[in-house]
Amino acid sequence: MNSREITTQISKAADFLNLKKWDYGASFSNDYSVQVDKGEAKQLKASQKQILTIRVWNQSNLVGITTTSDISESGIKKALKQANIASDFGNKNETTEFSPLAKDPIKVKELKKRNPVGIKKLLTLLRGAEVKLIESHESIKSVPYNGLSESFFERVYANSEGAFRSYSKSQAALYLYARAEEKNKKPRSSGSVKLGYGADDIDIESCIKEASNKTISHLNYSSIKTDKYLICFSPESFLTIINAFSSMFNARSIIDGVSLSNKNSIGEKLSTEALNIYDDGLHEKNISSTPFDGEGTPTKRVCLINRGRIENFIHSESTARIFKTTPTGHAGLGSKVSVSPDWIVVEKSEENFDLKTSLDHSTYEGEFVYIEELNAIHAGVRASQGSFSLPFDGWLYKNGKKISIESATVAGDIKYLLKNIVNIESSQEVTTSGISPHIWVDELSITGDA
Amino acid sequence: MLSSQIKSNDIVFGSCNKDLLEEIIFYGIGLGADFVEIFIENTDNSSVLAEEDFITSVSPSFGRGAGIRIFKGKKDGFVSTNDLTKHGLMRSVSQAIEMLDITDNKREVFNGLNKHRDYCLSKKKWINEVPSIHEISEKLLVSTKSLKKNNKIITRKGSYSRNLQEVIIASSDGTYVSDIRLHQTVGLNVIASDAQYRSSGSRRFGSSGMPNEFRLWDHEKAANDVFESSMNMLYADYVDAGQMPVVLANKFGGVIFHEACGHLLETTQIERGTTPFENKLNEKIAHESVTAIDEGISEGSFGSLSVDDEGMEPEKSVLIKDGILKKFISDRAGELRTGHKRTGSGRRQNYSFAAASRMRNTYIAKGEHSKEDLINSISEGLYCKSMGGGSVGATGQFNFAVEEGYLIKNGKLTNPVKGATLIGEAKEVMPKISMCGNDLELAPGFCGSISGSVNVTVGQPHIKVDSITVGGR
Repeated sequence: MNSREITTQISKAADFLNLKKWDYGASFSNDYSVQVDKGEAKQLKASQKQILTIRVWNQSNLVGITTTSDISESGIKKALKQANIASDFGNKNETTEFSPLAKDPIKVKELKKRNPVGIKKLLTLLRGAEVKLIESHESIKSVPYNGLSESFFERVYANSEGAFRSYSKSQAALYLYARAEEKNKKPRSSGSVKLGYGADDIDIESCIKEASNKTISHLNYSSIKTDKYLICFSPESFLTIINAFSSMFNARSIIDGVSLSNKNSIGEKLSTEALNIYDDGLHEKNISSTPFDGEGTPTKRVCLINRGRIENFIHSESTARIFKTTPTGHAGLGSKVSVSPDWIVVEKSEENFDLKTSLDHSTYEGEFVYIEELNAIHAGVRASQGSFSLPFDGWLYKNGKKISIESATVAGDIKYLLKNIVNIESSQEVTTSGISPHIWVDELSITGDA
Repeated sequence: MLSSQIKSNDIVFGSCNKDLLEEIIFYGIGLGADFVEIFIENTDNSSVLAEEDFITSVSPSFGRGAGIRIFKGKKDGFVSTNDLTKHGLMRSVSQAIEMLDITDNKREVFNGLNKHRDYCLSKKKWINEVPSIHEISEKLLVSTKSLKKNNKIITRKGSYSRNLQEVIIASSDGTYVSDIRLHQTVGLNVIASDAQYRSSGSRRFGSSGMPNEFRLWDHEKAANDVFESSMNMLYADYVDAGQMPVVLANKFGGVIFHEACGHLLETTQIERGTTPFENKLNEKIAHESVTAIDEGISEGSFGSLSVDDEGMEPEKSVLIKDGILKKFISDRAGELRTGHKRTGSGRRQNYSFAAASRMRNTYIAKGEHSKEDLINSISEGLYCKSMGGGSVGATGQFNFAVEEGYLIKNGKLTNPVKGATLIGEAKEVMPKISMCGNDLELAPGFCGSISGSVNVTVGQPHIKVDSITVGGR
């Protein structure tokens, strides 16, 4: 069944079951991926997946939901019946409705859907990348974590009031994590991830170069003394922190009492006036963008922090109604609808007179710690409390030398971190999770082995 | 067999599919595969969420799918699909064969499937014995109400999930198995707040194959435990960072062994060349007080199985005996690629993942000391009563958050501390586990790795690590 036929099928089955109000989200995907081990194909994978999530509203306007991978006529009927049963337990205190924007026009980016290149070509490309990466430095002995994949998928949203949205696209991903070994030293590992609309769009050479440079740069390592340091966050690591604490801008989290913000936090000063943060799922550099969310609301750019102050929250239909505003296109379909950011954009505002602009990661000669990548986010972040304690990969810059840091964590509080931003560099870098410049923060605690 | 001869019948759960499965395997072998494995799954899941004093989410789900794996030499091709018709399965076999680019004329022999091993017989009634959504909702609401012990508790949540999975596994070595798996988990979470202070507490409980377990769950005890933990930590100071001895509590304290050492004993790590223990079999890798086990047979434990996802009954594997490495955790691909015999540990989240060597119930065996012996032996250190999550990097370095910690001074527990992270490497920490308590207990968890998220049990008695890096402020 295609998405129009599924809609018709659901409509018929809902009529049969006397269900007047329903909506659904569906995704259909074909994925292909390869992994290699020293020139040999290791695992080759292909999958066809289909997922259908149906919500129904019962006569008391309570919502029930069911998810299934069985998109047959009988599967759809069963899903509707189960959702109807689940609706008896629907949340009476927070009703859910269709998004008022579910029929608004959506901005579909220029279609960048590619055709599959096929497993054989994926394998050839990845084999070549592995060989080049190993040959790039004598210490690189293997690429234990690697993969090249391409996905082709369609997302659909439709409801009983006639809303229908469908969007199909392709995406490819390459990751290369090299392992370097030198005598009498611990093995070191680092890597790179690149995305593209198709395998042919991925900049394989830059992925190899980045993985190689990062891995080699960690060969000379040393422990760091536990202390407070001036920190320079790479664009990737700063975006990791912002995403980890995005519940500060999330209306769902605020209602649920698990956010550091509250309903009155709009306007609260969090940081230097030089800081602007947006959520911009439709950004031209966001390869993973989708034009509508799980409730069919069009995706849009939302300013989260404007000149250091909280400007907006992100919303689903129900949170927007509670906050007396409009949905922002950040909902995930569920009986309890989730809210999450799409793609974070960090930039320097024009109000940047209070910054220490001499702090530039490529020229600054004083002592500082450069945090390249933060790890173990799920374990080291307490989003509801604002605290974090995270291991990282990075370097200590001292006396004109750059030494990789072994086994260290950076710890602190997100509000303290934002308040102590001392410079936002001008140049932004695109990462897989957003765009950000390098961000400098003073006086963060680092624990090391030295 | 030509695809034009394919009849359009489907896999039917609860019925004998032997002829159909044999046809599909014959088809793959005939096209040049060395080995063909079919994993078919039918799931029926539900989850319920209670927040404060209301049910806010009830989410049933169901689905079906198949994963087909073909080996040629040491290479494997894996295809997953939701299409359980013969045509769909044959197409998946063809796709896997095509991916592997099989061109040689060598043909393996397939002698048909063995007698059906049916592990479902006593389990078919489970679906009717598990608690109803109504019953679950009532108990969750009583539980969240129990958490409301003072006005500092600002958020209360209770969650339940039930996964019922019916599987059929057939492969060209004759394996033909059916099984039903039931997993239930229930968790409680709170956030406490007072002025600028905030803390959280959580506990999760789980079982496998015990439909009545949720009814027996002591929600009052669980609520008291979560509440006390959040209150103890509410005004806690941040821990000072540094190197120090630590005592790790039993139950979920075992997560460190699981993450830091257990994963390095999976044959997938040998295949990648990422374990420092690859050539250490029968060598000392840990303190002599450490014996570690991985097994899938403890009745009701979250990581227990009647049969693994490759059709092998799980064994009890002594991984480390008195500090000496004795065994690796292995699956079919692991045996093929590393030579370590299968241990009944081939596991996967669902049909869309190929099985891989994964832990089941993994724990450090009990020793002879009391908890007090361990704490009394430390003049200044940290007691980690409750662990949060953690991870292990590509070079074996691990880090774990301490959810509930207390300073040890002169052999006594003193102030609660927060923000602690334990950092180290298994190779260096294992020899420093110098004392094991006599109070082994297990705790359920979910482990995410190459073949998805699987149910596991972690465990240990109280253990003392002589020195480890504690991250803090």
